[in-house]
Amino acid sequence: MSAALATSLPAEIVQITTDAYTEPFWLAAKEDRLVAPKCADCGTFRLPPTPFCPECRSKAVDWTELSGRAEVFSYSVVHGFPGLPDITLVAAVLDLPDAPGARLIGNIVDVDPAVVHIGMPVTVQFSTISDGWKVPQFRPLD
Amino acid sequence: MTAGDVAVVGVGSTPYYRRGGSAPQSIVDLAGQAILAACEDAGLAVTDIDGFAYYSMAGAGYGQAMDTAVFMETLGIPEVTFSATLTSGGGGSAGSVGLARAAIVSGDANVVVSVMALQQDRGRLGEVFALVPPDPLSSFLKPAGLSGPGHLMSVLTRRHMHDYGTRREAFAEVALSQRANALNRPDAIMRKPLTEDDYWNARMIADPLCLYDFCLETEGAVAVITTSADRAKDLRQKPVPVVAAVHGGHRDWGRAFSWYGMPRETFASSGHAAIAEHLYGRAGVTAEDIDVALLYDHFSPMVVMQLEDYGFCKKGEGGPFVESGAVRYKGGSIPVNTHGGQLSEAYIIGMTHIKEGVEQMRGTAINQVADAELALVTGGPAHLPVSGLILGQAS
Ligand SMILES: [Zn+2]
Repeated sequence: MSAALATSLPAEIVQITTDAYTEPFWLAAKEDRLVAPKCADCGTFRLPPTPFCPECRSKAVDWTELSGRAEVFSYSVVHGFPGLPDITLVAAVLDLPDAPGARLIGNIVDVDPAVVHIGMPVTVQFSTISDGWKVPQFRPLD
Repeated sequence: MTAGDVAVVGVGSTPYYRRGGSAPQSIVDLAGQAILAACEDAGLAVTDIDGFAYYSMAGAGYGQAMDTAVFMETLGIPEVTFSATLTSGGGGSAGSVGLARAAIVSGDANVVVSVMALQQDRGRLGEVFALVPPDPLSSFLKPAGLSGPGHLMSVLTRRHMHDYGTRREAFAEVALSQRANALNRPDAIMRKPLTEDDYWNARMIADPLCLYDFCLETEGAVAVITTSADRAKDLRQKPVPVVAAVHGGHRDWGRAFSWYGMPRETFASSGHAAIAEHLYGRAGVTAEDIDVALLYDHFSPMVVMQLEDYGFCKKGEGGPFVESGAVRYKGGSIPVNTHGGQLSEAYIIGMTHIKEGVEQMRGTAINQVADAELALVTGGPAHLPVSGLILGQAS
């Protein structure tokens, strides 16, 4: 394959911060589990996690474990990052079939960027970043 | 149409500089020069200013800010009765004139200045998302490596191309037509023609966007002075009435490309549909009445999407509309960014579009649209609020 495979940023330069609303997502990711907050009153999913359900204002949340399957809604092929001029990243916005209405943003990795397309089915994997956290990434579904 | 109750009476700017070129001047110095130039243009003394109406949280690029008390201290402005800013970022540029109007119509202030100054020596705005540490919300975005606003908007662009068949040829036409508009402007940063070859051979930064789809990295300041229609009659310039000014937006757009949760049709848009509806409603006009459009052009595809949201063409038809030559100054049906815009003249976070709108309505623009009676000016497609402004002619 001639094209550079898409990768992700080096673990040591990727950081996240959490708060009371988002921490359950990141704690699950540390265990290689993809979860999303579902309103315990009306069933609406939302991402990122926020204090209220935007449909019914409930604060009650069921953290629902997802299959990890996703579909590319849109994406960009990014050439370079400050300090890393030669890196190639596929940054994608992903629909989650088992959390309708919620989207994740993540890299599609180990793939020739030319084969990525809108509607492409992908599946989650987790990659370690700074401070022992993990972020969801995606690879094509075999 | 209702004549405006307030009017823009003065515009002023510094020279425009490439990134790093305005040193050793400070933000206060640059903004002060623009404010003084706008007062001179209006025939007002700087001591007449009694209000400040900012946008972008009174920020001045990455890590710097403007402050009313500092301006009062160094410019000798004796007293202010209004000092406020729109929230968020460049989406509010056109709306800052509406904030000035709010101050004047409410009776809180009489002579209100809106100003933006920009320097990028401490940090490039094009890398801002890599420079600022993550918060709990942006932690869901930043790990993917979309380091600047153009990278983020390239994802919206890809969806627009997928949904409607929009081609890069349309983005090239935006870049080339705006460059053509900059060539005869003494203050423009880019005064060499941009060719098809230049565009198609350019480096891809965030595919589908290439170098020439990104705005310039420039520095400088622009200030605009608004006052009541009554007072405007006695000043130096022909008043330019504010026909309508709107800021805000719909939850479906919200945090936009920092969120990416927009419904499909809104995702592939500029987020300005709600602004356009209110703006035309208040002005009592439609897109057909607009003679020149100064559309915030941080990235060329967002011009295409604004043309749709403002009704110059149907949703999804922005690509073919632009490719037809409709936005050209010479021969186009709706001249867009006659000043060269942020892609070719200078990027001062939207303020150059207000300046050009005022000059078009005065009839003094370098690339004057003949018999232009209404100018549309927009703020950046961005995190809400976004904004729009219609400028007109004094009756
Ligand atoms: Zn709910």
